Amino acid sequence: MKILVTVKRVTDYERKVKISPDGLSLVTEGMNFVPNPFDEIAVEEALRLQKAHGGEVVVISIGHKDASKEIRQALAMGADRGIHVIAEELDPDAVARLLMKIVEEEKPELVIMGKQATDDDANQAGQLLAGYLGWPQATFASKVEGLDSEAEKAQTPGVVIAGGEATVIREIDGGLETLKLKLPAIVTTDLRLNHPRFASLPGIMKAKKKPIKEVPVASFGVDITPKVRNVKYAEPPARKAGVKVADVAELVNKLKTEAKVI
Amino acid sequence: MSGPDYGEEHEQLRRTLRGFVEKEITPFVEAWEEAESFPRALYQKAADIGLLGLGFPEALGGTMSDPFATIVACEELARSGSGGVAAGLMTHTIAIPPIVALGSDELKERVVKPVLRGEKIAALAITEPSGGSDVANLRTTARKDGEHYVVNGSKTFITSGMRSDFLTVAVRTGGPGMGGVSILVIDGDTPGLDRTPLKKMGWWASDTATLYFDDCRVPVTNLVGDEDQGFFGLMLNFNHERLSIAGTAYAFAKVCFDEALAWAQERQTFNKPLIKHQVIRHKLVDMATQLASTKAFLEHVARLLKAGEQPVAEICMLKNTATRCMEYCAKEAVQILGGAGYIRGQKSERIYRETKVLAIGGGAEEIMKELAAKQLGW
Repeated sequence: MKILVTVKRVTDYERKVKISPDGLSLVTEGMNFVPNPFDEIAVEEALRLQKAHGGEVVVISIGHKDASKEIRQALAMGADRGIHVIAEELDPDAVARLLMKIVEEEKPELVIMGKQATDDDANQAGQLLAGYLGWPQATFASKVEGLDSEAEKAQTPGVVIAGGEATVIREIDGGLETLKLKLPAIVTTDLRLNHPRFASLPGIMKAKKKPIKEVPVASFGVDITPKVRNVKYAEPPARKAGVKVADVAELVNKLKTEAKVI
Repeated sequence: MSGPDYGEEHEQLRRTLRGFVEKEITPFVEAWEEAESFPRALYQKAADIGLLGLGFPEALGGTMSDPFATIVACEELARSGSGGVAAGLMTHTIAIPPIVALGSDELKERVVKPVLRGEKIAALAITEPSGGSDVANLRTTARKDGEHYVVNGSKTFITSGMRSDFLTVAVRTGGPGMGGVSILVIDGDTPGLDRTPLKKMGWWASDTATLYFDDCRVPVTNLVGDEDQGFFGLMLNFNHERLSIAGTAYAFAKVCFDEALAWAQERQTFNKPLIKHQVIRHKLVDMATQLASTKAFLEHVARLLKAGEQPVAEICMLKNTATRCMEYCAKEAVQILGGAGYIRGQKSERIYRETKVLAIGGGAEEIMKELAAKQLGW
């Protein structure tokens, strides 16, 4: 079974992001970049499915020329090869239409993507891709047994493939929902699907020799003019300092008169 | 990490090790230190990510690397704040290199491979109760008797000595001096081998033992390299061991500095953060200065080693520089943390107790100076 996985290069979630003085962009100088954590979960799921069913895991990144590093990271985890579409910042719709072209060429049976990227948290590309392809989709895939379960310890895939169908447990507001999808299909991963493996040192060395095909974005003939425009970046308002109350009576009073919550 | 010495694979190695240490070591350090042990399962987990195989040949289950990968590994392992876990987990890096370099295929298969898979623990036993750094005059004897050596004597201060499955032991097979020394692999379950645990100033999470050999019969096939030629094999170890010690000392100094800096920025005294007091921030600058110069020296020596040189004098001086840097930074970090720095649970408190082991182990500071002087022809 051939599985396509997407990996986006995002700003390190452990570092503070700075906004440029004009408020129109983020300061990328000196910024550390990492693979989107949801995408690492997608890579892990693909590798587990590959172990169970054989086949090939292909990693795609669309973005900055340095994103080859994030592809290499996925290859070090165990993926077989990479495709790197070199492009400037794109909106999710352009990403979905580019991915559609790649899917048409690669003909995978399954596309696994992070449910969203931790930089813009758009949560759109997977759904848009399914829409453009006319494929079934299951978003927010999760593991019903939980991440402390024996199934997780045994590195069992959360997505079950059988008889040309994928069974996916997904998180919804009221709990968990089970979907059966006819393959080929799109699955997007939530946090509680698996614990991604660490790239092992032998894996890191092997990945140096695995192929990454670089494709310029222009070669797809896709109009990537953004439909979404970034108007302005702003820091969230700073939290005001709290106050100390002398006793319970004062607290209750403040909750009534100031916070107006009781 | 930056500069031409570090490539993408070093960055990936760092990322893997950082995640591994954060997930599998740091949360448990307090408990393991107090229990004076850590689970054997950690060896297997470390093998799975390739940490145990770092720097060993692929044919034996390892991954070849360069000295900069060693530095990255030292830095990341130190972040847990426990030298004991790092020392216990990595004792094979001093125990198996002689077997890898000089041992028979049978020993490589039976000893090296399971150790790199994390299934077995290996320790190195050289130091004796009668003398430490004086390797040429060790007294443990191995007398040939048919297909066996009969080993008598004792070894002490042996890291992982309590629970190791294999011991790489320096013994005397010949006459006095360095020419009579051989290396034997002694299985942990050999009749006549007795072990007693030793309590230590630091490195609590790793076990340390005195070993007694009483007519231990060891098959002659366990001889590593040629008889009476062991001294050279043991010396092979030292360049890498001392680079690792220097890297480790530097890394723990950095952990102390980071903890002290964070504390100084947060802690309020006399209505301002500690770091706004000149006397404190000058301490921090002194620490940062030592760290910067130690790191530059460390990377300089790593470059020489990578180029295939054997810079023995430089390595000796580097080990002393790095352990002094660690002693200095640990002392100042505890001072900056004040009362909190004296309380168990702070990394600096533990590291302060772990300074001496690095200034003594792997060649004491005084021995390093003498070796450097000899190498320089003085």
